[in-house]
Amino acid sequence: MTEILGVPVAVLSGQLMLGVINGSFYALLSLGLAVIFGLLKIINFAHGAMYMLGAMCTVLMFDAFGINYWVALFLAPVVVGCFGIVLEYFLLRRIAGQDHIYSLLLTFGIALILQGVLTNIYGVSGLRYSMPEVFRGGMNLGFMFLPYYRAWVIVAALVVCFGTWFLIEKTRLGSYLRAGTEDSQLMQGFGINVPLLISLTYGFGVMLAAFAGALAAPIYSVSPVMGSNILIVVFAVVVIGGMGSIAGAVITGLMMGVVEGFTKVFYPEGSAAVIFLVMVVVLLIRPSGLFGKEA
Amino acid sequence: MTITKKLLTSAVASALLVGSAQAEISDNTVKIGYLADMSGTYRDLAGPNGQTALEMAIADFGGKVNGAKIEVVSADDRNSPDSASSTARRWVENENVDLIAGLVASSVTIAVSNILEESGKLGIVSGSAASSITNEHCTPNHIHYVYDTYPLANGTASAVVKEGGKTWFILTADYAFGHALEGDVTRVVEENGGEVIQTVRHPFPTSDFSSFILQAQSSGADVVALANAGADTTNAITTAGEFGLTQSGQTLAALLLFLTDVHALGAQSAQGIQLTTGWYWDMNDETRAWSDRFMEKTGVRPTMVHAGIYSSTIQYLNAVKATGSDDAQTVRKQMMDTPINDMFAKNGYIRKDGRMVHDMYLAEVKTPEESESEWDLYDIVRTIPGEEAYRPLSESKCKLVTQN
Repeated sequence: MTEILGVPVAVLSGQLMLGVINGSFYALLSLGLAVIFGLLKIINFAHGAMYMLGAMCTVLMFDAFGINYWVALFLAPVVVGCFGIVLEYFLLRRIAGQDHIYSLLLTFGIALILQGVLTNIYGVSGLRYSMPEVFRGGMNLGFMFLPYYRAWVIVAALVVCFGTWFLIEKTRLGSYLRAGTEDSQLMQGFGINVPLLISLTYGFGVMLAAFAGALAAPIYSVSPVMGSNILIVVFAVVVIGGMGSIAGAVITGLMMGVVEGFTKVFYPEGSAAVIFLVMVVVLLIRPSGLFGKEA
Repeated sequence: MTITKKLLTSAVASALLVGSAQAEISDNTVKIGYLADMSGTYRDLAGPNGQTALEMAIADFGGKVNGAKIEVVSADDRNSPDSASSTARRWVENENVDLIAGLVASSVTIAVSNILEESGKLGIVSGSAASSITNEHCTPNHIHYVYDTYPLANGTASAVVKEGGKTWFILTADYAFGHALEGDVTRVVEENGGEVIQTVRHPFPTSDFSSFILQAQSSGADVVALANAGADTTNAITTAGEFGLTQSGQTLAALLLFLTDVHALGAQSAQGIQLTTGWYWDMNDETRAWSDRFMEKTGVRPTMVHAGIYSSTIQYLNAVKATGSDDAQTVRKQMMDTPINDMFAKNGYIRKDGRMVHDMYLAEVKTPEESESEWDLYDIVRTIPGEEAYRPLSESKCKLVTQN
């Protein structure tokens, strides 16, 4: 069998595949962060908590009302998105225009409160959620066994990422959004309700995180602390891609998934650090990020 | 005359001194400090419900010992040895705490046991795993009550090798506890004629295990062993199920698994996994009766740690009652002299290194068909006698053993 650095090519192909799958989660999460930062200039440290809420919501809606996976995949982001709009309206709006550090601290505080309250109620061992029946099992690709659900994750994440990019970069609504954040007074003058637009944008960014959470529910341990670990990685992804760059966040997310996947084969101990290493190198060479506009 | 007078005074004085050390409860209060992870990774296996178990023990004991009242204080150690040390120091030095109970993360326990030794107070460790706590880190001031990594490896690993699992792939959490467990397992596997063909150390914590599971599959090992704990273990098991690890003929062995972890996984994902435990709620009428009372208060079934906290607190209070003292060495000696026979352990005894030796159990997780209720999860397949389960004193590096 052909080998690269002592590792069979078949194993590497498998890891490449898994890297893309993990990258899909990174892409979804960093996309939401990039939308919120790019358009609203809010550093949303509650993003991990929103991801967690999406997953918790999916599980709890099933336990309490028997709501199935497909409905939850739509409903959980909507519920959490509405919650995000409420947060924006009552809290974030009050510090608009202040230094970035205020939004960072406020959202971080919100994240800690959400995590603490839910831990008190549900504990940390994780809630049980079964795989939807249609996704049980998988296919043999020759080089690896690919569970059906993981294949679905790639498809779902890519469709949502592309849709978001299209919405913001190519539609009229997207152009209002971009213009509204560029010069809100002028846009108000044109008769566009900018505050509403901002609420909706924050809600949409949060929805993306909750969607990733709902997508994660059948394969990862769902608990109130699940968001805190992933948040820092996702921030690193956004920084590498270039703060605020939407396409950059998606492509970097996928790339970092693959980089991390290969590190898990060649030097597993370093797999938690490798993304931060890339971040350091990128910041040294290209401080605005791989896809960011040169300042 | 003067000589007799002097003699008499010193005799009276020493009698008073001895009396105060042996037969008096300081400030007429027995104060117990419960120190545990109340909000992090290890919250569910001990945490607030452990404090409930402690309070149940005090209530069952009658709330008073020899007329002295029993008080409880508690704190969250946040799995941080620094934070735990400052709490422990404040308790024993300024707040007259006589016993520190709970003690979960091994690093916390090792830090706190040093403070106990300096201050001459007593600690009973119920949650920690590292066997070094009564080996190189032993002190005359603490007791390790429920389990440790030695029987975990002994119970699960030797059973799996004997069933034909000759080649092993070990997936280890990359920190002190994981390394210790990996070492203990490797020793047991090799002693039983097996071979460890690959070990992979994963960062702590890791949420996505698919890459490691794929490596485990391509290693072709008979057994894939998990030397990690908590969410890392449950995540790895879920992913192994998703990727069909056991369907392709490999055996999955989780080396440290608590009832709360198995409950989180559910019988569907966890079925067939073998694990070693110090206690299980559904073993006999006694354990069931206590667990029912525990569940009434907490809404969940107790882990071995919860049961151990209850049992050890009763043992401690019995020793205080019998000696009429809350002095650490007096109580510890009395506890060592008293065999433990209750719902937690039969014929358990505390060795001079502080290890409580009792039977351990090899359990297998039931299938969804066998499991009759949410918490009906284990089949006890073998009882491992205490003498066989724990590290023998002849191999001990504990200073209390080697000095004598």
